[in-house]
Amino acid sequence: MNELLLPHEAEVAECVRESPTVFTLRLRFRDSVRHGRYRFAPGQFNMLYLYGVGEVPISIVSDPLDDTLFDHTIRAVGRVTRGLAQLRAGDRLGIRGPYGRGWPLPQAQGRDVMIITGGLGCAPAVSVINYVMRRRENFGELIIMQGVKHADDLIWAERYRRWSTLAHTQVLVAADVGSALWPWHVGHVTDLFARARIDAHKSIVMMCGPEGMMRIAADLLRARGVSESAIWLSMERSMQCAVGHCGHCQIGGKFVCTDGPVFNYAEIRDLLSVRGL
Amino acid sequence: METGFLPRGRFQELLAVLHRSGYRCLGPQVRDGAIVYAAISVAEDLPRGARDHQAAGHYRIEQTASPRYFGWANGPQALKPLVFAPQEVLWRARRQADGGLELHQEMPPAERLAVIGVRACDLAALALQDRHFLGAAGDDPHYAARRAELFLVAVHCSDPSDVCFCVSTGDGPQASSGFDLALCELDSGFIVESGSDRGAVVAAELKLEAVGADARAAAARQADAARTRQHRSLPGRDLRAVLFANLEHPRWGEVAGRCLACGNCTSVCPTCFCHASVETPALDGGASVHARAWDSCFSQGHSYIHGLTVRSDTRTRYRQWLTHKLGSWHGQFGRSGCVGCGRCISWCPVGIDITEEAAAVCTGAADE
Repeated sequence: MNELLLPHEAEVAECVRESPTVFTLRLRFRDSVRHGRYRFAPGQFNMLYLYGVGEVPISIVSDPLDDTLFDHTIRAVGRVTRGLAQLRAGDRLGIRGPYGRGWPLPQAQGRDVMIITGGLGCAPAVSVINYVMRRRENFGELIIMQGVKHADDLIWAERYRRWSTLAHTQVLVAADVGSALWPWHVGHVTDLFARARIDAHKSIVMMCGPEGMMRIAADLLRARGVSESAIWLSMERSMQCAVGHCGHCQIGGKFVCTDGPVFNYAEIRDLLSVRGL
Repeated sequence: METGFLPRGRFQELLAVLHRSGYRCLGPQVRDGAIVYAAISVAEDLPRGARDHQAAGHYRIEQTASPRYFGWANGPQALKPLVFAPQEVLWRARRQADGGLELHQEMPPAERLAVIGVRACDLAALALQDRHFLGAAGDDPHYAARRAELFLVAVHCSDPSDVCFCVSTGDGPQASSGFDLALCELDSGFIVESGSDRGAVVAAELKLEAVGADARAAAARQADAARTRQHRSLPGRDLRAVLFANLEHPRWGEVAGRCLACGNCTSVCPTCFCHASVETPALDGGASVHARAWDSCFSQGHSYIHGLTVRSDTRTRYRQWLTHKLGSWHGQFGRSGCVGCGRCISWCPVGIDITEEAAAVCTGAADE
């Protein structure tokens, strides 16, 4: 039978607290055959079903070659995600996926990789950072830029600190509002472009975050000579079916769940500048 | 393919053949002041002499002495509710004693359904819904199950209403494809065409008479009259470029001042496909039902993401509806999402006219 929309039972192996509101669920399918067959690409997402409450689309943050578990990093903000935050090891939920078009990793081979994220936009992109780190010889320079509203919102601070000590890796972090002992920039992440060591012709850029931030970042990148075709964005809209049927995720004529969520800048440029589309 | 003539007095035989072939028959009936599709078993159930008067924000049925069963344009329903159910259970979850989850897909009951009196615009809309729900993303199993056993008896539109504009969209008033049988209704009876193998089987069982020259001439005159009676039109078939070049047109704000964002237009639109997930847990906590229900891009929740509503006002929601329906459908499905049925005009409580709004944005008619 065609089971296009049916979730499958999965189990929480571990729930990791990342900040007061952000947590990571480490999951496996209960059916080991299904778990063994499960494949995804960085930038894709799953639909997570919380029993009795409903489904939410969440990007997959773990490494695609890790076949033991797959991870979702989630902010507790709505009805379903607040409930998911209560799950503990051994608890069950439903999973269907993966869905959508992921990051253009084949095109990134041999190039400088620039990751620009805002807020929890770092989650869909951290899988790319991990991917590059584990295959470091296949890529050039790695530039990681992450912005948060408040210094306390930064998750994975230790990872950013560690990445910043590595060769051929530049880490630029900013918070609109700093705090005591905040080691990074206070202001917008886009303020840091002057310091980014961008080689316009060698770079591929992957962005995820608020649309206003991505629009400004794209303009700054274009001004630095980065071509439109080298800029990729992960977009966010309401998604209730994940298979291009329910209509909620549309931007212009694009279905974010199936045409995206990762888009080339040229595909989405004209739509990005219109409010309320 | 034209197959013959069925005199008016023998119409019951069509219903009998369909019943014998295992079909439950739905046909037009007048209910609560409007034409709706409901179960019929005898020809007398059909709305003989009914005539619909439609205008912007207006729908009334008049009873006339005409012998005709199909002398009206349409009612609020198209075929949409029969294949894309307004609310439908997709799957059920059950929690076991050890906390485990059992998840089971629920399918609609298999039923052979024949619909009598389908309009050309509704067939065009069904073809579009087929492309959406049986398209590149994979077959929607619930839609596919309902669609597979649908037998469609079209009736060419002889009396378009004042709001019809299917000539402008190229979808009517004559049904040209997508039916099993098509009827042309004359006072004396029906010219029957078959459009599929199973339609031809039913037609053969009817032992139709030869079509006389008078009947053929009357059918041609009637088709011409139905075409020329329509006076509304859209300002072109592909409005994608002009609509997306006018996303900040002042008309969007102006129409938002009249629009109630009630969603009547998206409910009666035969091509609108948006739907929301609805989760209903049982009171004892032991089970939960996951359903989908029609949604509207005019609702507050339609564009909600974690604390933010992308389309926060009626201006952006009306713009979404019109730019999608008449614009981005071309990229998604290769044609406009409007089939010219006029329902959104009649059933709009404030009488907003899609052809007028499209003209205002696309041709600057509002500025003059």
